[in-house]
Amino acid sequence: MANDLNLSRRAFGAGIAAGLTVLAMPRAAAALTVDQARALIDKAVADVNRIISSGKSQNAMYPEFEKLFARYADVPTIARSALGVAARSASKAQMAGFTKAYQGYLSRKYGRRFREFIGGKIEVTDARAIKTYYEVISTAYLQGEAPFDLRWHVSDKSGKQQFFNIIIEGVNMLASERTEIGALLDQRGGDVDRLIADLKTL
Amino acid sequence: MGLTIPLISRKSGKFVAGVAVCLLLAACAGTPGADGINDPYEATNRSVHGFNRGLDRALVGPAAKGYGSVVPQPVQRVVGNVADTLDIPGDVANDLLQFNLGDAAQNTLRLAVNLTMGVGGLFDASTAIGLPGKPTDFGETLHVWGVGEGVYVELPIIGPSTARDAAGTVVDVVLNPVRLALPEKEAMAATVMKLFARLGDRDRYAETVDSILYESADSYAQARLLYLQNRRFELGQGGEAAGAAADDDFIDPYEDPYGQ
Repeated sequence: MANDLNLSRRAFGAGIAAGLTVLAMPRAAAALTVDQARALIDKAVADVNRIISSGKSQNAMYPEFEKLFARYADVPTIARSALGVAARSASKAQMAGFTKAYQGYLSRKYGRRFREFIGGKIEVTDARAIKTYYEVISTAYLQGEAPFDLRWHVSDKSGKQQFFNIIIEGVNMLASERTEIGALLDQRGGDVDRLIADLKTL
Repeated sequence: MGLTIPLISRKSGKFVAGVAVCLLLAACAGTPGADGINDPYEATNRSVHGFNRGLDRALVGPAAKGYGSVVPQPVQRVVGNVADTLDIPGDVANDLLQFNLGDAAQNTLRLAVNLTMGVGGLFDASTAIGLPGKPTDFGETLHVWGVGEGVYVELPIIGPSTARDAAGTVVDVVLNPVRLALPEKEAMAATVMKLFARLGDRDRYAETVDSILYESADSYAQARLLYLQNRRFELGQGGEAAGAAADDDFIDPYEDPYGQ
């Protein structure tokens, strides 16, 4: 009897332990993913820092930025979000064409600005889970400027851990891109094909 | 860009400020739409934007470029430091009005350090010893007092603002402690110093400013978005509201209708 009692006590304890483990699991997984999100941005930042300190010409840097962008960012999702309402009625071929043209356009647009990062550095300071995504917080130190807040929104919903938004001092890249692409599309009378053709030259 | 300062005489200034605050607070009605933008006067704002853009292209941009290339870097830094130090008494006044004693103390200490170790504000000695600036303004004070941001406005010369922040700007200019304390000539010198500091800023951030004003497809919409998001970020900073504000602005491309 004493044994039985002991056993059942043990079983009871084990049950609680198992229950706690189950309860604790999502947290453990989340903690792991915060670390992964942070590691992803750490790596991306290291690669960006490496390119801007490589001493290559600006034009040689663009394709490198585009490669990084394709690797670390969820480009199809960013492109779809930037195209806004028009993405709903676009054909599959149009979406593919737009995504490709948009990727090059973004790399050139932001690549030009990366010149300002020469001699500066980005430091990842924190990461946290928010709702359905992860926010990695970093500080950018550029020459001759006050340090500024740079946040990366990371998700694995594309199947890979990738960032889908950058927030600079509160300014949201996705919102800014949607405004810009919306205006470009309006100027072309809503013609997605013309937009795709023109994005390649912008 | 603070050009309004010489246009307002001191005596009429306080009255103008009072009227402006009343009018602008009355305009604070309405709530932002789903995109977080409350811009019922868009047509007027767009024509003001056209004027500001023309002014920048013809005058401010080239002047800033000239200033940036003619005036040596160290002198530009000194001008910026003096202008910043001149702003500190106003910052302290606003910190007190916001009941933010911590920032009031830090800014007061900054003023003391910059005036002594920084040789009368020529050098930003306090940032060097780990006391970074905590700039604020009367728009933020109104925010702390619970005044909503109100409609978006683009002001001539000054640029993007909101009803609340425009009222704040008027109060900051007219009731600036330094302006009120200094004799007429010195107050004018302080104003000129601030204008040069602004030219320096325009030159230092030339790539960003140019990309918004001249390289974007709709510079009005971009400037509006940038101002509102950055301003909300500034006002939410350092408090519980920071996370909440960021969440409200958050776009989830995996959830929104376009993303499906």
